[in-house]
Amino acid sequence: MDRLLFGDNQFFGINHMSEEKARAQAMRFQKAEAIMDVLDVAYDAGIQTFMCTTHDRIADIARRVKADPARYADFTFYPCMPYAHKYANAVTEHGMVGALKEFMPKDGLLSTALAGSKALATKEVDGIARVLIDMEMKMFEGVRAPVVFIQNVFTDLLLGMGFTRAFRIFDDHIREKYQAEPAYITMNMPALLNALEAEGIEHPIICSNINKIGFRMSGGFDAYLDALKSGRVRAVAMSVYASGAIPADEAIHWISELPGVESIVFGASSAGNIRGTKALVDKYMAAPA
Amino acid sequence: MQKVRVAVVGLGKMGLSHFAMVNAHPDVEAIACDGAGFMVDVLGKNIDTPIYKEYDQMLAQAELDAVVIATPSRLHAPMVKAALDKGLHVFCEKPFCLDWQDSQRLTEQAAEAGRVAQVGYHYRYVGAFQEMKRLVEAGAIGRITHVLAEAYGPVVLRPKRATWRTQKAEGGGCLYDYAAHPLNLLNWYFGAPAQVMGSHLGQVFSDGTDDEVFSTLRWDNGPTAQLSVNWSDESHRKMSTKISLIGTNGRLYADRQECQAYLRKPVEGLPEYTDGWTVKYTTELTGDRWFYLRGEEYSAQLDEFIQAVKAGQGAARENDFASAVQTDRTMAMIIENAETGVSVGEAPIVNAPSKPAKRGWFGRS
Repeated sequence: MDRLLFGDNQFFGINHMSEEKARAQAMRFQKAEAIMDVLDVAYDAGIQTFMCTTHDRIADIARRVKADPARYADFTFYPCMPYAHKYANAVTEHGMVGALKEFMPKDGLLSTALAGSKALATKEVDGIARVLIDMEMKMFEGVRAPVVFIQNVFTDLLLGMGFTRAFRIFDDHIREKYQAEPAYITMNMPALLNALEAEGIEHPIICSNINKIGFRMSGGFDAYLDALKSGRVRAVAMSVYASGAIPADEAIHWISELPGVESIVFGASSAGNIRGTKALVDKYMAAPA
Repeated sequence: MQKVRVAVVGLGKMGLSHFAMVNAHPDVEAIACDGAGFMVDVLGKNIDTPIYKEYDQMLAQAELDAVVIATPSRLHAPMVKAALDKGLHVFCEKPFCLDWQDSQRLTEQAAEAGRVAQVGYHYRYVGAFQEMKRLVEAGAIGRITHVLAEAYGPVVLRPKRATWRTQKAEGGGCLYDYAAHPLNLLNWYFGAPAQVMGSHLGQVFSDGTDDEVFSTLRWDNGPTAQLSVNWSDESHRKMSTKISLIGTNGRLYADRQECQAYLRKPVEGLPEYTDGWTVKYTTELTGDRWFYLRGEEYSAQLDEFIQAVKAGQGAARENDFASAVQTDRTMAMIIENAETGVSVGEAPIVNAPSKPAKRGWFGRS
């Protein structure tokens, strides 16, 4: 993994500080063109990995990258699935089973299984999970996508319920079908790490909030530091600036001295902020370990 | 220390998320209950937690301290009653009961038995709305006269298949689902309104129920509020609730992310608020709980419930049943007003604002 990954919250009207700013960003980035302009700035500044939700608009970005291999020779996607709102809306509209049926191939076995009144067999549940993963991965055909994440709402829902076998299904399928590294976004890193290890998943790539003030590090700041020091996790740090509460230089410097953090993911819309963060990461986190 | 035994009942959208948080709580031994086939089926095969399919059977057989009720709203009243009859503590999703008289009876039953009885109005656990409450109580903006309470979001965007959420008799509709939240915040800040008028429950795409709500609410010696709610608004990524207050000393605005204050003059007891604008963000106002799923407020309300049960407090600290009765009654007033076109309640009492005693020109009394 690169030291610095580019995130996508800013493109989809997600802002943890202000609804007004979120709306202004949603307006600015409603066309893929505007997103691509910012990605170009990041790419030209040497940030080659785009960690992105499987939002419809990302399909457009993937097409553009694929269409110009000379320009984007090293452009890399880290897909994060699923795009939760798509499913939440479908469940509201069609109910749980109806929503799943919407997403299954229409005349396949799984669709038939869902339509029946019989309890689903374990292998059918696994099959449904794999179809859902494949659907999310479709937009990345023909581009580089060597690491694939599960989004935090989904990871943490499964983790909380104790449905950790789903991580095993995901892990196996991503490795086998896509020859990619399975990875996890979570707001509860220490708990997730234990759960993954219990499923036999060792040294997982886990993206979570890691910042000097412990902002949204659920499970406790010390538990995060212990997990990092233990060498059991390959961590990707997000919210390193804690939504602007920590000065950039101080934030990156602090992260750079932590063991176990391989990468930082950050989102920005202005060339100044993009280049500024890149310069700080180059200064403090020079060569991969 | 003995764990608190909690059953989460109803594994729909809210129920699944409650179950995940409760199940992950270090002080809880959780079980679940849901009648529907698919979720029970999949989870039953994949998690260790026992899942009951029959509520009555679960109450009869399982050793429990508390239940979390997250079933369709019409079922709240009978299910909460059955749990209280068994002597259990109850956390119930909002809205509490569709008939506020049921809410009232259950409130009395829970109080008599000394049970922790709480309703899931999670906005009272959002840092920005808590800060607004603190500022209102401290008199930050003086006498509040002008209130706007709003909620918008993308739930019903086209005519579609009916579910319980789209049927009035089941407790569906924009009023119960969306407007309940800003109304509950108004109840928190100002109590129960004296009068409700100008209510409109409008249909945009739904047949069975309302997709938009307007109402004017008036309080004794208090403000007039306008409520504007619409769940057929795709421009919002998810539900957005906002409250604006204007008073004699300035203006307050809050949503899930931030609380903005404009004070004409500083006020005693609020040293960090100068004249002009002060903005506080939810991110700086809230701390972490044991588990994060969709926002700190969801974890916080469940944590307080569980801690109250564990400590034998005998009552909820926030969002007790009585407070939810206010919101159920307020919604009943809006429905009656919208149906009859006649104002509901009495015109608010207005006592002249107390003025400082007049002094002579040269300060001699």
